[in-house]
Amino acid sequence: MGGKAKTDPVVPGRVRAAPENFLSADDIAAVSSGRRDVLRRGFAAALGLGGAVAASTIPAQARADDPDIVDLPPWSTSLGLPVAATPYGMPSRYERNLVRRQSPGLTQVGAASVAFTPLQGSFGIITPSGLHFERHHQGWMDIDPKRHRFMINGSLPGMVARPMVFTIDDLMRLPSVSRMHFLECGANTGMEWGNVAVPTVQYTHGMVSCSEFTGVELRLLLDICGADLSRGTFVLAEGADGSSMTRTIPMDLVRSGEVLVAYGQNGEMLRPENGYPLRLVVPGVQGVSWVKWLRRIELGDRPWGAKDESIHYVDLMPDGQHRQYTSIQEVKSVITTPSGGQALVGQGFHAISGLAWSGRGAVRRVDVSVDGGRNWREATLQQPVLPKCLTRFVLPWSWTGERAILQARATDETGHVQPTYRQLRAVRGTRSIYHNNAIQSWLVDPSGEVSNVQTA
Amino acid sequence: MSRPRDGVRHRIGALLVVACASLAAATALATGPFPGIGRPATEREIAAWDIDVRPDFLGLPKGAGTVEQGQEIWEAKCASCHGTFGESNQVFTPLIGGTTAADIETGRVANLRRVDYPQRTTMMKAPYVATLFDYIRRAMPWNEPKSLSDDEVYAVLAFMLNLAEIVPDDFELSDANMATVQARMPNRDGVTTAHAMWPGGGLPGSSSAPDVGGTACMSDCAGEVAIASVLPDYARPAHGNLAAQHRRIGPVRGIVTGDDDPDAIDDPSPPALKRARDAGCMACHGIANKVVGPSYADVARRYRGAADAVDQLVGRIRNGAEGVWGNLAMPAQEDVSDADAREIVAWILAGAPER
Ligand code: HEC
Ligand code: HEC
Repeated sequence: MGGKAKTDPVVPGRVRAAPENFLSADDIAAVSSGRRDVLRRGFAAALGLGGAVAASTIPAQARADDPDIVDLPPWSTSLGLPVAATPYGMPSRYERNLVRRQSPGLTQVGAASVAFTPLQGSFGIITPSGLHFERHHQGWMDIDPKRHRFMINGSLPGMVARPMVFTIDDLMRLPSVSRMHFLECGANTGMEWGNVAVPTVQYTHGMVSCSEFTGVELRLLLDICGADLSRGTFVLAEGADGSSMTRTIPMDLVRSGEVLVAYGQNGEMLRPENGYPLRLVVPGVQGVSWVKWLRRIELGDRPWGAKDESIHYVDLMPDGQHRQYTSIQEVKSVITTPSGGQALVGQGFHAISGLAWSGRGAVRRVDVSVDGGRNWREATLQQPVLPKCLTRFVLPWSWTGERAILQARATDETGHVQPTYRQLRAVRGTRSIYHNNAIQSWLVDPSGEVSNVQTA
Repeated sequence: MSRPRDGVRHRIGALLVVACASLAAATALATGPFPGIGRPATEREIAAWDIDVRPDFLGLPKGAGTVEQGQEIWEAKCASCHGTFGESNQVFTPLIGGTTAADIETGRVANLRRVDYPQRTTMMKAPYVATLFDYIRRAMPWNEPKSLSDDEVYAVLAFMLNLAEIVPDDFELSDANMATVQARMPNRDGVTTAHAMWPGGGLPGSSSAPDVGGTACMSDCAGEVAIASVLPDYARPAHGNLAAQHRRIGPVRGIVTGDDDPDAIDDPSPPALKRARDAGCMACHGIANKVVGPSYADVARRYRGAADAVDQLVGRIRNGAEGVWGNLAMPAQEDVSDADAREIVAWILAGAPER
């Protein structure tokens, strides 16, 4: 093939590029000489728009024929690759910029660290499994599923009548459910408690992801083991990795059937970084409770006060007390396009788009402000709108080059409204680290550049 | 956790559990709704995994260790990451520091109230000594978790408590005196469950009414909008080139804050494939499919194991070939150098991998 493109413009049946059809030779000359107003009128009239079309996009269309159209590109003039050339498909190489990234200086070592999801490029509500954020305390491993075991026992004799061991085969034979839920680290947006600290939505909010999880309801497994839920009022989940992470799980969510022992994620097995072959799913609750590489569930009558529920994942209040077992991820939203570190490609139409979620249920509405919170308009929620799941909202916006401060504010089905920084800090101060669900502000500069700001 | 503490109880317990378990398994198999799923856990299996210790010491194993023994373990197995005095910030936040004798009296670490206090060490936060025991036993040393004996865990914990001046130099920590140490933990009264973020009952003071909520105002809400915090200019390059962290198409681009080329494309093809493309070979050959000439996969199959295949094929490429694969001829590929032809042929014979 060698990329020898045909350049002959006289191809029978070739349709000419649309904008040229209503531009006279004089109009084109006017554009070339810089008199864009003529063109703008003609273009806007032809499209039936007001005067707000970005001037910058027009000359390109009015210039000579687009070589990307008239000079046939190699992909139109050669044979493509065969099937299964990449047996596990990969994103286009032109998408390499959107990957998980660490925030420099946040942690000292990579095996006890975070890699953030590139929310700035996300569509819809599902996070591709390979972009799901990562948070490990003692590294991740790829566990041989044939050697993985899952155990259920009780803290005290008789609490679980039949302590049992299950293989992955056992678990995959049982009746399963598949549910879509967000998974947010309790420390998401934690760097921003006191002031603006990081530039893009990847770093401010990229510790939230959303997947369809498949697994077995934990209550079913407890049932099989003869668990006595009148005596056992708390559940401990424990991982099989080096950290053997332990977390106390609220029994109400176990009883409701929401807590899953999951092996599936987005139609395939969990990724190793996300707990392959088994993790707990605790909808609406912070990520640390979704214990990865899950090896054991223990039924007990008191919470366990584990390291990550008495020394970390405790929220420091202004009076110097730590709030313990703060689990629910409260109502929250963020605009992902446009967002910090971006520049709008031009004036004119833009869809403001973002994500909203609540650990207390479904998102009921999202309001968007372009003037820093003085005035709000209700955004459209894209379907599906599911409980404890990311919800995509959109609001049409025409940007005419003015300075703007974009904000989104979510309300969940319990009526809980997302707070401003002022409201949040008035109660919880600035040192909590965890559970920052404040309204995010993005400043749009007249140049089109967008940056992370906090309003007074 | 349910580990019996002495031998006799252990044996009786084991017998009982085994008896109950096999009985239970039989019943489960016969009558349960999910016959054939799972099996009873043995006593040893449970003991191997169920190592959690609760703040009220349920699950605490018997054992003891002195500050002095602990110092040796610390220096050999902990200090490299946490520093000689638990003060290091190299690998993780400091473990020791920030607590006072007054805190040990009050049970509240005063420095946690100070907005200006730079760091929150583990000892400043830890409300329970049992949790430190549990955590060190399951997770430390970080690179060799679960390698310490129970006595070693007692000893190294005794040393840490001594560094924090909670226990004296000649102290021996044991399962028998953990409770007295708990009564001296500097932040033992520093945690509260009075909040609305626990989705379930059973915690003192917990409520269902959120402590913070926003206002659903729609117009003329915020008064004058002032910007209170922005990213300082010097921090702009701190996260690399944001242009290279955004899509190259769509309504926005990332702004340029560094050198990484946002348009750089990794071509994953092996060099030989790039050479074959540059030399125009791919116009007539596919990797897996016949075009004008045979597919490289077919060529590889035909010459697999042939001794002089490389010389022969290089010659035919550079001089032209005819009659081996059909009626069509390959014109002499005179522009390709001998070295390039050799590299391409070696790659073809290796099965012409695309990556
Ligand atoms: C190879 C480095 C390394 C070594 C060696 C090591 N640790 Fe650690 N330690 C860490 C890291 C990293 C963490 C944080 C883990 C996390 O993020 O959950 C940690 C956490 C801890 C914590 C909990 C601190 C907190 O605030 O959460 C304690 C206690 C601790 N280590 C004690 C020890 C003891 C005792 C030893 C020796 C027996 C030891 N460590 C050896 C790296 C190390
Ligand atoms: C114009 C089309 C054309 C081009 C260009 C071309 N080939 Fe060929 N090639 C053929 C045909 C046709 C045959 C089959 C000839 C035959 O039947 O002997 C062939 C055969 C071959 C064979 C097998 C020879 C044998 O003896 O079995 C190899 C290896 C090969 N080509 C490599 C190359 C390489 C490397 C290049 C680029 C440097 C190249 N070809 C360029 C058409 C082409």
